[in-house]
Amino acid sequence: MPMTTPVHPAAEPESPAVRLAHAVGDHLVLAGRSLRHVTRDVESLLLAVALPVLMMLLFRYVFGGAISVPGRYVDYVVPGIILLCAGYGASLTAPGVAHDMAQGVIDRFRSLPIAPSAVLVGHVGASLARNLLSTAIVVGVGLLTGFRPAADAAGWLAAFGLLVLFILAMSWAAVALGLLARSVAGASGFTFVILFLPYLSSAFVPTGTMPAVLRVIAEHQPLTPITETLRALLLGASPGGDAPLAVAWCAALLLAGYGAAAYLFSRRSR
Amino acid sequence: MTSDAVVEATGLTRSFGATRVLSGLDLRVARGTIHALLGPNGAGKTTTVRILATLLRPDSGTARVAGYDVVRQARQVRRLIGLTGQYAAVDELLTGAENLVLMGRLHHLGRSGARRRAAELLERFDLGHAAHRPVRTYSGGMRRRLDLAATLITRPPVIFLDEPTVGLDPRSRQTLWDVVRELAASGVTILLTTQYLEEADRLAGRIALIDGGTVIAEGTAEELKRTLARERVELFFGTAEELARAAACLAAGDRDEARRSLSLATDGSAAEVHRILDHLARHGVAADRLAVHRPTLDDVFLALTGRKGEAA
Repeated sequence: MPMTTPVHPAAEPESPAVRLAHAVGDHLVLAGRSLRHVTRDVESLLLAVALPVLMMLLFRYVFGGAISVPGRYVDYVVPGIILLCAGYGASLTAPGVAHDMAQGVIDRFRSLPIAPSAVLVGHVGASLARNLLSTAIVVGVGLLTGFRPAADAAGWLAAFGLLVLFILAMSWAAVALGLLARSVAGASGFTFVILFLPYLSSAFVPTGTMPAVLRVIAEHQPLTPITETLRALLLGASPGGDAPLAVAWCAALLLAGYGAAAYLFSRRSR
Repeated sequence: MTSDAVVEATGLTRSFGATRVLSGLDLRVARGTIHALLGPNGAGKTTTVRILATLLRPDSGTARVAGYDVVRQARQVRRLIGLTGQYAAVDELLTGAENLVLMGRLHHLGRSGARRRAAELLERFDLGHAAHRPVRTYSGGMRRRLDLAATLITRPPVIFLDEPTVGLDPRSRQTLWDVVRELAASGVTILLTTQYLEEADRLAGRIALIDGGTVIAEGTAEELKRTLARERVELFFGTAEELARAAACLAAGDRDEARRSLSLATDGSAAEVHRILDHLARHGVAADRLAVHRPTLDDVFLALTGRKGEAA
């Protein structure tokens, strides 16, 4: 095999430490890019900030009076709205990824000396940052309108951990769907489904009030145990059997989403 | 094998489903030269570039860039190449400056190094005034210039340009050609694909004509024209009637009624032109004027494939 001597100093092998530093830097730079996209697009910026505020006010003051739950409704509903906003926010990763794939820019990223998946990890990182912000807004508005959490430090920490896991799971599932979608519009369809998922769970009303068929669906979909666990943690109660179920759902979604995304992304270079 | 080949591909094949796009493509590009892959749509140009740029794997065959295998040593290859694709690969939501800084940082130039280099390139490509506008407000020509600037961010020694001037106005095209020539003069190796014969003719030191997924002829523009196509002499007549008589007695050539001319292939010698005119004179026909046409790459392409190339 004829060998041509490598010529360019840039092609000298990098040490493992340098490679690791570069890899971390690449992911942060690309997450920064995805976050910057949010600030450039007025619609998504409004959604990220206004949706949490509006949902919180809507459920607290418009529906809240008519719904009866054990305890105060504002305490009942805050975890549901956190998950609604974070889930919907994470699902917006799908059109973002689909947009990247449709543009030539993805080929440029793939011809760079970076981990090929860094673009996707960047999207997920940005999604995490964005949705933790919208969670902070929900909790902030909640506190202003009477939400009184009773969690101790461990409870807050566990709630935070579950939320991070939930956002990562939804984001990776969204990445996979964004890669699968043929168009940005197709990927947006997915966000619509996610927006409605919490209504068919115990996020806003106890499932006991639903007709039998809906109740079966609501009690067996992932958002119900996740909501119940988050609510129990924030109110200082024990989540009981919901906690492992919630974590299992999130972990399964995360693994499935991540695996599918990795497969779909690598298939493009075959 | 000479040692100064920066890009070498041997026996590349690639199919998409049942469609065979590359069927044993060989290519060698010498250091510091501009090499054109010229061929019609669907000939396999883009697929070749995507394989060389590590974006696609060949089904069989090997390709090396600067000695590194594009499949097994993709990371090293990626540190040496710049790629400008068919459509401007820039981030529409970011500004021009942000796009270049992003690319600089992903090439590990560091924050301030990336900013410096971005500012330099924005000036060079006459985009300084639009540096802080989102790219979606840019014109087609501006996008293409930004795209090329993004390719050049690390001064890569090997650059792939996939149909770099499609959709550009003549002035933007000229600007881009100037940049490409400047780069080659500074020692950069450039492989460009084009379906414009004129672009290959004017820009490239060597041209590989590609059709049906394989190189059908290769050489300098002059070599290709000399060996693969013939000079033509075009005879102009005063009246349509004379043209008809000339065509009848020569029984060869392409008739152009509008120009009142007859165009014949020749070997380029004065003697052959003399013979043609003599022959006409014996039949009492005289041409008013004549013009000698050097062969174009279009003629070469026609001679090789029996089809016309794309518009020149």
